[in-house]
Amino acid sequence: MYNSKAWETVMGLEVHVELATKTKIFCSCTTAFGGEPNTHCCPICTGMPGVLPSLNKAVVEYATRAGLALNCEITRYNKFDRKNYFYPDLPKAYQISQLYLPICRNGGIEIEAEDGGKKVIGIHEIHMEEDAGKLVHDPSTGSTLVDYNRCGVPLIEIVSEPDFRSANEVIRYLEKLKAILQFIGVSDCKMQEGSLRADVNLSVRPVGSESFGTRTEMKNMNSFKAIIRAINYESKRQIEVLEHGGEVKQETRRWDDSMGVSFAMRSKEDAQDYKYFPEPDLIPIEISEETIEQTRQSLPELPEEKRQRYVNELGLSEYDASQLTTSIALVDLFESNLSAGCPAKELANWIMGEVMHLLSDSGREPEDMAFDYRYLGSLIGMVQRNEITRNTAKKVFKAVFEEGCDPVKYVEEHNLKTVTDTSAVKAVIEEVIAANQKSVDEYRSGKEKALQYLIGQSMRALRGKADPQTVTAILKELLG
Amino acid sequence: MVITDELVTYLEALGRIRLPEETRAKAQSNLQEILQYIDTLSELDTEGIEPMSHALPLTNVMREDVVTPSAPAEEVLANAPAQKDSYFLVPRSFD
Repeated sequence: MYNSKAWETVMGLEVHVELATKTKIFCSCTTAFGGEPNTHCCPICTGMPGVLPSLNKAVVEYATRAGLALNCEITRYNKFDRKNYFYPDLPKAYQISQLYLPICRNGGIEIEAEDGGKKVIGIHEIHMEEDAGKLVHDPSTGSTLVDYNRCGVPLIEIVSEPDFRSANEVIRYLEKLKAILQFIGVSDCKMQEGSLRADVNLSVRPVGSESFGTRTEMKNMNSFKAIIRAINYESKRQIEVLEHGGEVKQETRRWDDSMGVSFAMRSKEDAQDYKYFPEPDLIPIEISEETIEQTRQSLPELPEEKRQRYVNELGLSEYDASQLTTSIALVDLFESNLSAGCPAKELANWIMGEVMHLLSDSGREPEDMAFDYRYLGSLIGMVQRNEITRNTAKKVFKAVFEEGCDPVKYVEEHNLKTVTDTSAVKAVIEEVIAANQKSVDEYRSGKEKALQYLIGQSMRALRGKADPQTVTAILKELLG
Repeated sequence: MVITDELVTYLEALGRIRLPEETRAKAQSNLQEILQYIDTLSELDTEGIEPMSHALPLTNVMREDVVTPSAPAEEVLANAPAQKDSYFLVPRSFD
């Protein structure tokens, strides 16, 4: 019955991004993540009667930067609007947002399409708004705990056009969006801290159909993996409903990643009347042509430009260049060592190899790397000067990555320098030969494998501190 | 626009209030009168006039992005009907 080939999935994204300003959007409380509950709060962000919002200049600047980097038109005359709803995460019982005149419109970014070609995902609008507080379920009382530290943290909501046709396209767009926003410094985009949150609007329609099906909105996906799973689940669910002659209900669904299912939240048909009206407590914002132009000029090199430069000027492969430019942390790691004189290809190999490997093993994001980036360059330098072997360098880098050790000191303290004194190497190998007469005989009778074993034993006896090629040469010489 | 009994019920739901039975009819006619009063405006010719949302002739009043100390948590929680471990405690409110 279920035949996914007969159906097309259509998606649009609403991405909420917390801006990296120091203070909240309407008061001077810190935006720092975490903190003891309700310690980053004041009468304004907790909605005490009679308080008035005071707009943070940096929010407008950051939103403008984001809009320009995402190829949007910037709205010259901006206003805020009031979105009313009752929920305990919102102490004022309304959210200050932008409905009628969002700060950016008609943008888009290019991604790789399913068929390998390029595809533009349209950005309908970006608006500025305030984040809500955090609700925590308290199992012991059955009640809800509320922390308003996040309440009033500035957000931009980036609303895409319904241009996505697969989960892969969604992920490529999010990766690109994340990289751009990090590069221009408007957000750290840490999904696990909630500073980038994507809601997916999804509907299905028969292949070839022009009109859209009824859509649902999915929330609460905290990782790219969760987004892919939620999309696949929801698309299958809708197709099954339709194939059984049912109708898709327009509703908001909450994804539960541990169970791998989504649940209907509130129904969109009733009670979703936000009674929007112009925010009377804030006056309009005018953004001049001059400001827009200055902001445009101040934008740094964006991921796509960087990727091209890495390929054309530094000779990196397309794949390495596009992977490096997915994260500002990887770019910083790469460029800080590059400018210190480290060769580009060698650096790229290390980042694509060891760094990526350790990141994926530890389940960490590049942004979480805590070591001094210059340490990678000094490690590569030691390899190039033949002070340590490549294998030793990998082990040392693990200590750099995990504990932030200075590799030069680490190598000294652990006595890991390559033994360059050939007579010392020779002495160790002679001992190995004496202790492994059986393998020596096998080698001499023509078994090449026995040599590998002897090399291994010698490297072990030398604790990896000799160059394998030197060891091989000495072994062969001694074995005649 | 006619304020029907259903509309009054809808407004109650949106405002999370329940009007006492004896005042419902009065509320309904009051709302109708308010709408009629506002409707006077439609007699005016507003062709080409931008809707005004603010009375002040000002734009761009903004603050620098500089942190000032927040209020102590005890103060923030002082009016909370219930609290626990420095959180506000409210009736169960998960969807």
